[in-house]
Amino acid sequence: MGILDKITARAAPLNVSRRGFLAGSGALVLATTLPVRPTKAQEAGAAAEPAAVQAFLELRADGTAVLRSPFIEGGQGIYSAMAQIVGEELDLDPMAFTVESAPPGGPFGVMGGYRITGGSASTRTAYPIMRQLGASARAMLIEAAATRWDVEAATLITEPGAVVDPDSGNRLGYGELAEAAMDLPVPTEVTLKEEADFRWLKTGMPRLDVRDKSTGRARYALDVEVDGMLLAAVQHAPRLGMTPSAVTNQAEIEGMRGVHSVHMLDGAVAVVAEKFWQARRAVEAAEVEWTEGEAEWPMPADFSSTGFRDTLAGSSGEVVEIEAEGDAAAALDAADTVIEAVYDAPFVVHGQLEPPSATARFNDDGTLELWLPNQAPEQFVGAAAEAAGIDPAQVTLHSQMLGGFFGRHFLYRTANPFPQAIALAQATGRPVKLIWTREEDFLRDAPRPLGLAKFRGAVGEDRAVSLEATVVGEGPTQRWYNAPPGSDPSASEGISGKSYALANKAIGQIPVANPAVIGYWRSVGHSMHDFMYEGFLDELAEASGQDPYEMRLQLLSGNDRLTTLLTRTAELSGGWKPGPYEAEDGTTRARGVAMASPFGSEAAAIAEVSLDRGAVRVHNIWTAIDPGTIVNPAVIEAQVQSAVALGLSETLVEELVYENGEPTARNFDMYEILRPYMMPEVHVEVIESGAQMGGVGEPGLPAVPPAVVNAVAQLTGQRVRSLPLSKHDFG
Amino acid sequence: MKLTVNGTEHEVDVEPDTPLLWVIREELGLLGTKYGCGVAQCGACTVLVDGYATRSCVTPADSVEGTQIRTIETVEETETGRRVVEAWVENQVPQCGYCQSGQVLAATALLTETPQPTDGDIEAAMTNLCRCGTYNKIRAAVHKASEA
Repeated sequence: MGILDKITARAAPLNVSRRGFLAGSGALVLATTLPVRPTKAQEAGAAAEPAAVQAFLELRADGTAVLRSPFIEGGQGIYSAMAQIVGEELDLDPMAFTVESAPPGGPFGVMGGYRITGGSASTRTAYPIMRQLGASARAMLIEAAATRWDVEAATLITEPGAVVDPDSGNRLGYGELAEAAMDLPVPTEVTLKEEADFRWLKTGMPRLDVRDKSTGRARYALDVEVDGMLLAAVQHAPRLGMTPSAVTNQAEIEGMRGVHSVHMLDGAVAVVAEKFWQARRAVEAAEVEWTEGEAEWPMPADFSSTGFRDTLAGSSGEVVEIEAEGDAAAALDAADTVIEAVYDAPFVVHGQLEPPSATARFNDDGTLELWLPNQAPEQFVGAAAEAAGIDPAQVTLHSQMLGGFFGRHFLYRTANPFPQAIALAQATGRPVKLIWTREEDFLRDAPRPLGLAKFRGAVGEDRAVSLEATVVGEGPTQRWYNAPPGSDPSASEGISGKSYALANKAIGQIPVANPAVIGYWRSVGHSMHDFMYEGFLDELAEASGQDPYEMRLQLLSGNDRLTTLLTRTAELSGGWKPGPYEAEDGTTRARGVAMASPFGSEAAAIAEVSLDRGAVRVHNIWTAIDPGTIVNPAVIEAQVQSAVALGLSETLVEELVYENGEPTARNFDMYEILRPYMMPEVHVEVIESGAQMGGVGEPGLPAVPPAVVNAVAQLTGQRVRSLPLSKHDFG
Repeated sequence: MKLTVNGTEHEVDVEPDTPLLWVIREELGLLGTKYGCGVAQCGACTVLVDGYATRSCVTPADSVEGTQIRTIETVEETETGRRVVEAWVENQVPQCGYCQSGQVLAATALLTETPQPTDGDIEAAMTNLCRCGTYNKIRAAVHKASEA
């Protein structure tokens, strides 16, 4: 079940301005009844009055608006998108909005009672309610003006920020009408704008935060300052499950400049100091004796990524069915030509450029305030309350702008610094800001799981006739939300959910627990499974003597949306041309093609590669994305550029290796990520097919790795079945 | 020791080898300079030392006494810096934005030295990491800023 399917409630904005919870008098304040879960009293049949709610939208007397975004900004442009959507229906320039991250709870669970910032789901889930919110406010402003002028509301129109009477020429700014509008009931039904009347939606308008982010004024969790705070740094146990038994030079550490105190935490030693650099210098000097402790997922002392890959490859347990069509096994048995392959992709870290941090302050009344990066505010509040031993109602969470996320800031227990910050604030009686160094981030990140899949395929003359694909391992949704194998999309998506019309297929999963702490990484299962599937599809094409592009068109016969997507991608690249061929600069190049259906959208990519001293160089990526219905083409283009870059990064160079239970890399010096010189030209086409709105943050990624790997095979004859490319020799 | 940052001399009392990054952030309270890796890999901490892009996370404070240090907070005080910022805005370069203080200063240093850089110049000078992958927009913005 997708996130969209979970939305069952209907939107209904609510005027909450007279409830007295906001000081800003004179403002029109709209919330919504939509996401408020019924209280116990309501369930028992009491008046269906929503609980006290926080404002979604405040229209101020000066004509500006404050919008509280259910989703957290981290570069994907969601604050701007929310302003663009609400502004369109309200008829107020989106640039006049101040957008803030909404506090936990209240009406902000627009995903059907909950909200996360992930799954490329923000805009597509909030689009209807945000439009209705803006339209409701506009209708109330018009009604207020009609009363003021004693005319029929239906005769009035709006221009950006003002109600206008075309007959009399009268005009009143929204700010002048906000107070009168506040006294009106929220209309039960509003008419949304026709697409032809859009002023801002579907335009590539600029994002709201770009100037602040170009001048150093943007603030992140790492920049939070609280009066009287101390700074903290930690040294984690080399393996999860170990815990400190002693700091043998504790007195020496305590005597270092600026040091306030030294603390033994569960699985870590912390130093609290006046300044972060003092804390870090001291904690690095700490000589810690570690002993085996307890952890929910203790890291085995002999764990290695190579060994785990072999474990997955050798697993032969029962296959849980995910998808079946025809009779794959029988078709394989009957076929003359059967090919088999095993594909794998490594652990990869998030590597968001802002290291994790958390600031914790206990107030005199026993309440706890937290400032931290997160993608799931309500979940963090619950976990923080548990860590502090207080009621969730006593926790105030200030969600900060994210210095990149890519899945890093979900609730992963041992991967989030806030429980340590809470413990240190309790221990010191002072506000504490804890920063994890990059090295501690690498050590305790919840990386994308190492993934592996086994394929068997049968080909006839000029076509693939059967495919059997089995993913082996565990997805993050099973780990964190108890999704059972077979029903955990994160474990198979990109091998499941493909659109090709194969007469016989059997997609399944052999569940194997992953000893490492695993997490969501941009495009999640798609980030590796589409590489595996689309790579094997090219192997089938080769085995059946088909061109890989023509084979895909054949398998998409009758699917107009994807046929259009694929052909437009080829056109964007100047026509399908697999190569190898000699380019103008004398390099020999070849191209590969791949497709993906991630997060409600459709994408296709063509990659052009050459070899440079034995290493793969990507020159061009041509990619088309069809998110069905769009909000901002410029943001989509930027997100696709970004997703392509991350997809190339994992394809070319990224790999988190474990040996003896520890990652061998702890920073970007030993863990390569895409550097500027590796970035190819990226040509993006956004196609609006009119289908249901899909995501845009992640869908640009999954087709990229297989397009590159297929191009490399076309160029070299070498079929890469294990990422990254940097570990292969193309000499 | 005495450090001159953004044209103002500051007396700071820190261990001599304290990285310039942490002096700027914790002693001077200038938060636009970012900590990303601490090992001179990512460049989020880039500042200008006598006009040169410098990774402040590995620059001992006592090594830059007597120099002119400029941070992102005053980048727009020079004509080149102002052009870079405007090009960044016009090209909508930043996504998460965390690396962009360093990118803007690296571009400012490049254009101060080489007003009309080639793609090769840009590739050689603009080595800061961006996990959001804004590299193509960075390159376009550097070219844009060089046109004025």
